[in-house]
Amino acid sequence: MGKEEYRLEMKNITKHFGGVNALADVSVKVRPGEIHALIGENGAGKSTLMKILAGACKKDGGEIFLDGRPAEINNPKDAKNLGVAVIYQEFMLVPDLSVAENVYLDELGLSCSIINWKKMRRNTKEQLEKLGFADINPNSKVRELSVAYQQMVEICKNLVHDSKILVLDEPTAVLTFTEIEKLFHVLKKLRADGVSIIYISHRLDEIFELSDRVTVLKDGKYVDTAETKNITKDQLAEMMVGREIGRMFPEKKAVIGEDVLIVEGLNAGKMVRDVSFHVRSGEILGFSGLVGSGRTETMRAVFGADKRESGKITYLGKAVNFNDCREAIENEFGMLPENRKEQGILLEQSIRMNATLTVLNKKVCKFGVIRHKKEKKYVKELLESISTKYGRTEDHADSLSGGNQQKLALSKWIAADCKCIVFDEPTRGVDVGAKVEIYELITSIAKKGVAVIMISSEMPEIIGLCDRVMVMHQGKITGEFEKGDITENNLIKAAMEVQSNEEKD
Amino acid sequence: MKKKINAIEFLLQNNTYFIFLILVLVCSMLSDSFLSVMNIKNIALQQSGPICIVLGMLFVIFTGGIDLSVGSLMALGGAVASWLIVNKDINFIPAVFAALLVGLSGGMVTGILVAYFRFQGFVASLAIMTMARGMALVVTNGSPIRVDDNTLSNLASPRYGYPMLVIAVTLVLLFVFVQKYTSYGRIVIAIGSNRQAVELAGIRVKRYLTSVYMISGVLSALCGCFVAARTSTGTGTMGEGQELDAIAACVIGGASLAGGRGDVIKAVIGALILANIVNIMNLLAVPAYPQDIIKGGIIIAAVLLQISTEKSDKEE
Repeated sequence: MGKEEYRLEMKNITKHFGGVNALADVSVKVRPGEIHALIGENGAGKSTLMKILAGACKKDGGEIFLDGRPAEINNPKDAKNLGVAVIYQEFMLVPDLSVAENVYLDELGLSCSIINWKKMRRNTKEQLEKLGFADINPNSKVRELSVAYQQMVEICKNLVHDSKILVLDEPTAVLTFTEIEKLFHVLKKLRADGVSIIYISHRLDEIFELSDRVTVLKDGKYVDTAETKNITKDQLAEMMVGREIGRMFPEKKAVIGEDVLIVEGLNAGKMVRDVSFHVRSGEILGFSGLVGSGRTETMRAVFGADKRESGKITYLGKAVNFNDCREAIENEFGMLPENRKEQGILLEQSIRMNATLTVLNKKVCKFGVIRHKKEKKYVKELLESISTKYGRTEDHADSLSGGNQQKLALSKWIAADCKCIVFDEPTRGVDVGAKVEIYELITSIAKKGVAVIMISSEMPEIIGLCDRVMVMHQGKITGEFEKGDITENNLIKAAMEVQSNEEKD
Repeated sequence: MKKKINAIEFLLQNNTYFIFLILVLVCSMLSDSFLSVMNIKNIALQQSGPICIVLGMLFVIFTGGIDLSVGSLMALGGAVASWLIVNKDINFIPAVFAALLVGLSGGMVTGILVAYFRFQGFVASLAIMTMARGMALVVTNGSPIRVDDNTLSNLASPRYGYPMLVIAVTLVLLFVFVQKYTSYGRIVIAIGSNRQAVELAGIRVKRYLTSVYMISGVLSALCGCFVAARTSTGTGTMGEGQELDAIAACVIGGASLAGGRGDVIKAVIGALILANIVNIMNLLAVPAYPQDIIKGGIIIAAVLLQISTEKSDKEE
């Protein structure tokens, strides 16, 4: 096969949304058996381009060639028939059906013949084994699987159709590092089998580890395509942002003071066993570990969102026992939940309403009556203090970018004068630019003397940002590292070591 | 260009008002008596009760719930008030208060089931709907209670300036105020928008949830008393299907059954739209059954308009 033969060619693709040029003259060429990374900031047009390939979105101009032949993709079915499979960030799985049923979902709908359950399960099992995930039971319900396993089911579902092109949209956003390694292993295997993989990610490390070539988009325009081995991370970042990024992590010069929160011997369910830690004012305390290691559960138990069995919590020098979130907030303890859209923000309500949710009666109401003028002024000042970019205070929260939504979610805790704020995966699903903003935000509130607890599965931000790190594994603390000792190696060891010990037992 | 879009948006966003205006115009052309003082007075008195129910229902819908028990609680309220006046010889004012208390308790049970026992609003209120209907029939013994003592009818009397109309209008204004200017209204809408986020913001969501069903219960009983006052009769079968009319009114007024969206004035207009349709068909002597067919069609049309409004919002 000649080097210039391409599996997929997208030529001069153009797409408008109203007056906005989402894509202008974008071309991408993907070879058979290569992993082709597609990167760019949010809004660069990556997703639109992939939606056009998947038939979920119609192009306004340009051509698509598959194996040199022009291809008409007008709807998702066309794409599937041509062997194009797209795995979106939100899985297209039916949580209450079994793994096998999900894998063969479209066939369930197509044929009216009797289902051959045995064959279906056997085929599913074979596919999963091929991917190296033999431990997924085809009979278990998708709801009961971990996110990583659900992703495998999604990949498996697309592979049974002999897909030639597999598109993954930020597949690692919800995975831990061991799960990511497994995924990479699978992707490399598929590459060896000749599948072309288009890999969208915000994480530069991954792109260098995984991809053969990389195409950069910016503001709906094509910037460049390069062999990954011929460029450096800095060059890539520059191409994405169009300017040189300074430091990813801001310099932190907060003064670390007294203990704000001391937790001793906390127990709550299976995921929180005998957890003790403390955090001081101005300090950023990281919580590292695998997804599902009990970090979120620990914080929810402290916060009073979940029930505790035992344990002593001292907050601002006095023993406290938060029974629900209200008590925690009245004591000026705040928490930014893991899933911003589901737990942190009211997407379809105004920015104003979101910002003052915690302090309605305290700061902007008199006898339960909202003083609109005062509220607007308050919200403006509040959002300005954390440099949030927004249109009007009356706009819906979903008009904001991911990073600014995160700031809005945070603003209500700042409004409540919290002395300790927990950030649960604060940068999940936001682009590089927004990440830097969130890091600056976290450091700036630490500078104000707030004790910050940050749960994160991303090593670089734990290493770059935290003063001290606790590592959890299966509900227990398995390591604590001070600034100098926070290395990737140490963190991984602490998160894994216990596991290998337990296996020996 | 921007301005043109705004004009279309304006039309779509205020479609409830335009539907109402067009409807009034069409009706006045179809029948001379439609805009007569007599007819308007009739509609106003007939609707002052149901509009109270719509107010309660809207707040339940704000939270993402639904209250099916309003029609039955209305019957129970009317029945209890009539029974007390006739059989216990009580003055109408304490009788009405007793009825309101009964409505409040009914709503409270629904609310507690929803908030603390995590029932779905549909299920909890379905149970209370059935129970309250049964109770209303027990109280009235299955036959209408005639309230000849005309003290209750004071509520509908022009001599006192149609008190029930005044009460209904006052309540509408009060609810507009609550929605727009109080933390209560704000939080009720927030709960429907994202309950988890509101809970994590430290708000006592369960109390608010219980309260909206209680309000709905009280207002249902009030409506029952109004109807009993207007017709001088308390019946156990009063208000059958009232819950669906109330839900329809909210939906026509742009409320989303998923919660978090709606508007008091628009919901009231929604109720008036439905009332006008029934009224004009009565004036034109359309028989009752075809009336329902047309009513259903109007609901579909109104919701289609809502959906197109949402679309224009999204594409923006």
